[in-house]
Amino acid sequence: MNFPVLSVITFTPMVAALIILMLPAQRKNEARGVALAAATFALLLSFWVYFSYDQATAGYQFIEKYSWLPALGISLHFGVDGISAPLVLLTGVVMFTGVLISWGEFDESKHLSAGIQDRPREFFAFLFLLAGGVFGVFVSLDLFMLFFFYEIAVFPMYLLIAIWGWIQTREYAAMKLTLYLFIGSVVSLVGVLAMYWLQYKNTGILSFDMIGMEKAGFSQAFQNIWFLPVFLGFAVLGGIWPFHNWSPDGHVAAPTAVSMFHAGVLMKLGAFAALRVGIMLLPQGAHTWSWLIMLFAGVAVVYGAYIAFVQEDMKYMIGFSSVSHMGLVMLGMSTLNRNGIMGAGIQMFSHGVMTALFFAITGMIYDRSHTRQIPELGGMSKVMPFATIGFIIGGLVSMGMPLFSGFVAEFPIFMGVWQVQWLVAVIASISIVITAAYIMRNIRQVFFGPMPEKLEGHMGDVTVLDKVAITTLCLFMIVIGMFPSFMVPMIQTGVENVLRLLGGS
Amino acid sequence: MNFISTHLLSTILFFPMLSAVVMMFLPKDENKLFRWFAFVASLVPFALTLVAWFQFKSSQPGFQFQETYVWYQAIGSSLHLGVDGLSLTMVLLTTLLTPLAILASFSVSDRVKPYMMLFLFLETGMLGVFMALDLLIFFVFWEIGLIPMYFLINQWGSANRDYASLKFMIYTMGGSLGLLLAIQMIGVLFGTYDLVTVYQRWNSLEAGSMLLGMSVHTVKSIAFWAFAIAFAIKVPIWPFHTWLPDAHTEAPTAGSMLLAGVLLKLGAYGFLRLVLPLYPVEAKMFAGVLALLATAAIVFGAFGSFGQTDFKRLVAYSSVNHMGFVVLGIAAAAYSIGTQDATIALNGAILQMFNHGLSAAGMFFLVGVIYERTHTRNLEEFGGLFPIVPIYGGILIFTSMASLGLPGLNGFISEFLVVRGAFPVLTVFTTISMLGLLFTGAYILKGIKKVLHGPMNEHWAHGEHKLTEISAREIIVMVPLMALILWIGIYPAWILDVINKAVVMLF
Repeated sequence: MNFPVLSVITFTPMVAALIILMLPAQRKNEARGVALAAATFALLLSFWVYFSYDQATAGYQFIEKYSWLPALGISLHFGVDGISAPLVLLTGVVMFTGVLISWGEFDESKHLSAGIQDRPREFFAFLFLLAGGVFGVFVSLDLFMLFFFYEIAVFPMYLLIAIWGWIQTREYAAMKLTLYLFIGSVVSLVGVLAMYWLQYKNTGILSFDMIGMEKAGFSQAFQNIWFLPVFLGFAVLGGIWPFHNWSPDGHVAAPTAVSMFHAGVLMKLGAFAALRVGIMLLPQGAHTWSWLIMLFAGVAVVYGAYIAFVQEDMKYMIGFSSVSHMGLVMLGMSTLNRNGIMGAGIQMFSHGVMTALFFAITGMIYDRSHTRQIPELGGMSKVMPFATIGFIIGGLVSMGMPLFSGFVAEFPIFMGVWQVQWLVAVIASISIVITAAYIMRNIRQVFFGPMPEKLEGHMGDVTVLDKVAITTLCLFMIVIGMFPSFMVPMIQTGVENVLRLLGGS
Repeated sequence: MNFISTHLLSTILFFPMLSAVVMMFLPKDENKLFRWFAFVASLVPFALTLVAWFQFKSSQPGFQFQETYVWYQAIGSSLHLGVDGLSLTMVLLTTLLTPLAILASFSVSDRVKPYMMLFLFLETGMLGVFMALDLLIFFVFWEIGLIPMYFLINQWGSANRDYASLKFMIYTMGGSLGLLLAIQMIGVLFGTYDLVTVYQRWNSLEAGSMLLGMSVHTVKSIAFWAFAIAFAIKVPIWPFHTWLPDAHTEAPTAGSMLLAGVLLKLGAYGFLRLVLPLYPVEAKMFAGVLALLATAAIVFGAFGSFGQTDFKRLVAYSSVNHMGFVVLGIAAAAYSIGTQDATIALNGAILQMFNHGLSAAGMFFLVGVIYERTHTRNLEEFGGLFPIVPIYGGILIFTSMASLGLPGLNGFISEFLVVRGAFPVLTVFTTISMLGLLFTGAYILKGIKKVLHGPMNEHWAHGEHKLTEISAREIIVMVPLMALILWIGIYPAWILDVINKAVVMLF
């Protein structure tokens, strides 16, 4: 247990990024190879963390602590609990599959250019910087470090979108996304600094240590003032309504692997930080304001689904469906009870895997057809049957079909909401039918509709690596759906800790 | 064998699904292999169901062959399976019809592998609903059965399949939304989804106590309607039936067989398993409404059927008509629960579910047989076919007569029981429904007349369009159905005994 597994996971992508940058630019396959090796290594380690996390002991495990800036009470303090361990695994999975589908294939004679063919070296370097930041946020137990990694995770997004993004909107989207997220995080940062100083004033301890801050005993009035800025500042990245509209634009403009990261992992970063810092450190503020969060989240769930329903662009559709599904995460958190938070935890994982799959397949289609307009597509089931099955499975997860992970996640969320306000549960449930409608419409048109003449003969099947990625993602959704005990007991241990903090008021 | 005898229900339940997964790894393009594999795979659950049927002790109260496995511990749901006489009858119907439906689709040559896999998945989905003793598991299988059916209609259906499949999906999902919410509410209230526990705790709630800020009565009324609407859409009860003619008409033949034969029963089964035991008071209060809708279904279903020119649509509307009798029986039982009339009506309703499963599956298959040869279902284009296809004609008349309720065949027994049970309780509705039976006769005779009798359409008599006689395989599909139709018609005691004991013990 002395092996510093969490810091190895966190710094593996960053080291890999440096190695990749040192390779000569024209050696694309070597860059990809290094990337895949690093991603596989990180995935295996995160599996190891996931399976060797001791659920009986619960609490924070694999703790590492190195002094970093002792004068200000900052240390490199890592550890995972039942909520963050699945998210570390999620990041590993998305990173691994993201590299696979970015490999792509290139055939000039067929005008085929799938995956990332333009400067893959720099692309993977930035992507891995981002991945390292994400791992860092999930494992940090030090508020300063959490922020540090948070910004590291957000910043490469700008470059990734602005350089490799969809040419029509990439500059606008990259700018919008970056500004939104930085403003959100600055607001949170002010709140965090306020917590830091108040703790110093109360106890004389100068520390960003989160486990310590859980016991800081902030006054009710202080929590009431600072809960909203801290929670919402992070929740912006979680795509909470009404601060969501950077997110679909960002998704659409981003290259495939970045969309996968963005929707699959980055949005969880926001939700996770909002829970870890907002709800866990300011529990009484959470009790005061939970109604407002529930309202925002409830609107996001239904409104997001409805807007997704009217989209013609596949990526916009998935982008707004992410707003809807992340709304469910926030909805679960806002219940502040066992079922709701547990469901939110599962939903974070489930949605991460599902949406990564959606974006991956959309990317595969776009690379071959050069359009994402649903009415201009059709007949994909004939050329890419494997991707079709993948998309259908993802669709079933998205609709919350039983025996898939979406159901396992949404059901407890709704139960949690019932315990607080039944009306919200009833209204939010409408989104299930709307989701079914747009997913089915999409499957019917894009995969089974008649293939437009323009595309006839230009479409080829996905690569073997793509299939590996699709299979990996699908397996998680099915395993969790059929055997909830794969993940639920672990998340439960994390939820107990949150409840303990919430119940203390 | 020891494993199977202790895990009988779960083996029956998951065997088709596992076979479908195995099928995924079979080599490509071996259509013959896929067909036989699926057929044999669906015979195994049938054989095991027969074992269960003979081991079943009908005089023993409660659920038998119970099995419990951990599923979703965190919210108090486990995979709890078990059957009583009511569900065992339905399990028998399902495992009987699935191999027949698969045999009926041996003529499908388009993407055989996914087609057969979907049928096997569908079987697991349907069986799960009948076996579940846990509300959440019930819902899981209730929903999951939709998916294979959606794709069967959407991919292998006829011209208007897109519209029909989406309508089917959205309609049913919309309907089950209330069910989902009500199940969640029950779960939140009791902390468990186990049906046996919920039965006891739900009915022992004190009338004056408050739940979720509402009185028990309000909560129960809301939940009653949430359940009732979900099941009413599935049955379907007029006016929630409009998805049915579209879905049936567009579905491939075998899909229609299972849709009419088993899927419609899920709704009625929901009424019997959940609505009546959980909400006896509310059910009694609203029994009049239910009876009114059932009567409307019987009468309008018959009229709707009579007005069709599409043979398959005619049969589809007849399902609305026949399932109306099931609901009428349930309404009568709800109204007079505990009396002998209620028992008779319920016996009739459950037997009618089984009988309609046989005859509707048979009728849809026969429509499919002729459609495959002529590529039309328009009644106006047939006529006088009896001399060309005498065997087919005989089978069609036999099955139609079962559907019509001819004494000596199964439909008569169950409809008689329903009417006998309902008449003393809901006299007016029953009388109107019996008048509706006249129109049942009318549309069935119309179907026979348009297809078999009248002036012969020479188009089908000679040359390349000459109609071929029903094949041996197709006869094999019909034989078990016809045998059961006749057997129940002449000697219904073997099945009524199981049903009756279950009804007496349940209600």
